[in-house]
Amino acid sequence: MPKSATKQANPITDPEFELTQEQLDLFGEELDALRARVLDDLGQRDADYINKILNAQRGFEVAGRGMLFLSFIPPAWIAGTVSLGISKILDNMEIGHNVMHGQYDWTQDPRLDSTQFEWDTSSPSVNWKDSHNYQHHTHTNIVGKDRDVGYGILRMSEDQPWHPYYLGNLLYATLLMTFFEYGVAMHDLEVERMVSGEISVTEKREEFDHIWRKVRDQAVKDYVLFPLLAGPMAPAVLAGNFSANIIRNIWSFMIIFCGHFPEGVEEFTEEETANETRGQWYYRQILGSANLTGGKIFHIMSGNLSHQIEHHLFPDIPAHRYSEIAVEVKEACARFGIPYNTGPLPRQFGSVVKKIARLSLP
Amino acid sequence: MALGYLRNSPRRITRGLLDSQFVESLVSPNPVERYIGLLDPTWSRRDVRAEVVGVDRQTPRSVTLTLQPNSNWAGFVPGQHVGLTVEIDGVLTTRYYSPASRPADKRLELTISAHPAGKVSNFLVKNARVGMILGLSPAEGEFVLPSSPPGELLLISGGSGITPMMSILRTLLGDEHAAPITFLHYARTGRDALYREELERLAAEYENLNLVTVLTRETGPKLISGRLSREQLKSIHGDHANAEAYVCGPESLIAAAESIWSQDQLEDKLHTELFSLPEPLVVTEDAVGSVRFTKSGVEVANDGQSLLVQAEQGGLSPRHGCRMGICHTCVCRLESGTVRNVRTGEVKTVSNELVQICVNAPVGDMEIDL
Ligand code: FES
Repeated sequence: MPKSATKQANPITDPEFELTQEQLDLFGEELDALRARVLDDLGQRDADYINKILNAQRGFEVAGRGMLFLSFIPPAWIAGTVSLGISKILDNMEIGHNVMHGQYDWTQDPRLDSTQFEWDTSSPSVNWKDSHNYQHHTHTNIVGKDRDVGYGILRMSEDQPWHPYYLGNLLYATLLMTFFEYGVAMHDLEVERMVSGEISVTEKREEFDHIWRKVRDQAVKDYVLFPLLAGPMAPAVLAGNFSANIIRNIWSFMIIFCGHFPEGVEEFTEEETANETRGQWYYRQILGSANLTGGKIFHIMSGNLSHQIEHHLFPDIPAHRYSEIAVEVKEACARFGIPYNTGPLPRQFGSVVKKIARLSLP
Repeated sequence: MALGYLRNSPRRITRGLLDSQFVESLVSPNPVERYIGLLDPTWSRRDVRAEVVGVDRQTPRSVTLTLQPNSNWAGFVPGQHVGLTVEIDGVLTTRYYSPASRPADKRLELTISAHPAGKVSNFLVKNARVGMILGLSPAEGEFVLPSSPPGELLLISGGSGITPMMSILRTLLGDEHAAPITFLHYARTGRDALYREELERLAAEYENLNLVTVLTRETGPKLISGRLSREQLKSIHGDHANAEAYVCGPESLIAAAESIWSQDQLEDKLHTELFSLPEPLVVTEDAVGSVRFTKSGVEVANDGQSLLVQAEQGGLSPRHGCRMGICHTCVCRLESGTVRNVRTGEVKTVSNELVQICVNAPVGDMEIDL
């Protein structure tokens, strides 16, 4: 085992800080036990919860689309747009993201089957599951392996070498935020590796077909069919659908970037993380993630990714359990002296913006 | 006719619309069920669902459900079974039961007996109530009468194996079937005997029905007791060589029948259906049995490694990612078998469920959809 893997320093809180291998093993065992306890307890409560969220999502969607048809009353346009935006956020985050992690596979419910689920966004579930569930969750914040570090577009870590291209870091980030669903969809094409000639366009043919079909279906639905159905209200419906998509994009970008890129969250190198033990793996997940504080509705609307730390420790435990789990994780971290990064959205997001700006320069 | 068409047309138009490409595009990527479900939980484009409209507890350890299936229900042949799906502790769980009603009846009748280890049966016996929505799978099974019923019939059932017999019997009698029918049923005690009153009524009404109920745990002057044997059969039915025999029940009953009929070289007159729970597996450290990958037709001897590794050694390349139980990329449908989670040591017997093949190793024989 390489030396760097047996002892890991946490340079943020204390440059001298070190955890021994024994401590890490103990920590890993505690978290394994916590995981087993929660898995054992899964049952009706969790099924009822996700069904309630599913019903709410449908309700917001039907209501939103309905109100947009009544756009000749201006408040109806606003309410319809917001309601549709909420439905899309619920669909993508508390439902889609979590279901596709396999959090509800145990229910054996075909509607909650991670292998079948498809969500209301441009990224096809198959591609997303590979880049997110596998690459991002296994190789969290390992520069060069976790492609969520900067999405192949931004410079999000000092470990990424600077290039004059990154002078536009803030601009690219703003564009990525606004059109996040397309950014996520394109993510799987690994365009940056195509540009650099590492892979050829033909290698990505299948992904491209999936993405094209999904982007087309979503666009036809929101920008052609529903406006057409609305007759004279077509422009208002089109604008409402567009805005709802943008609301969802901005929100999910903010939540996701706050989960991994505020000040204090670490990146790792491949050497550091070779031959990790279970305890080391857990440890890296905690150092590589950050939580957001807030109320119950806020947590639901973030798909409980406001508990990014707990999500990275236990990606396949139903997310609404994270707030309960967090109490114990936080306590264990305090005991072992492991930093636990958390804060309110404005502060964490401000820190992300600062980081994006700083990294645009060498 | 024209009127009938008009009356049906709104329904047909709605149905056509909901099935259309247009509506599919409007709700994409979700199925249209997701929205209709808000109004009518039994509605589905393809799935069969049923509402419980009647609950009757004939015996202390059973429940008889009357079900109203939705329009996707395609019916059944007496003797067949259907999968019944119930939500228990948040998990959709499916078990198979043979309807006791006639195909001609508008509603479906299932009688479910509680088995000591039966998850679904115990749940339903305790909790079944009117208004519950249950899932149904299409009827299947080869244990059926030929389309033109044979002459003399011998029906033998034990315990809850009575249900397909009830369907067969009710159908034949309802169709004015005239040839002799002997119905021999085994129950433990009089209190456990299902459909007792109805059967006695039928026996009084139909001359061609000879009904014998054997109470295996009760003795009395007028009672026949004990298990199926050649002597017992002789005293009840005389010569069984001319009858077409249908036997449904626990393993011991089927085994007894098979031995009698095979001694007489009458195997082709005997039709059986086993009604029992799979034996719980004895878990040993040694890897035993074989793993069958049903989609590709590959079969390997179980060497105790994870299903993913064994599939790869068999020349398959299942989708996977982390290989450590995090990403769920490797999830596959396990048709039947028992798995041990290599991370937690947890052992689970599953049928038709999703499992992560990178962290689950087979314990004994297994069939997996790969
Ligand atoms: S390969 Fe990632 S969970 Fe099995």
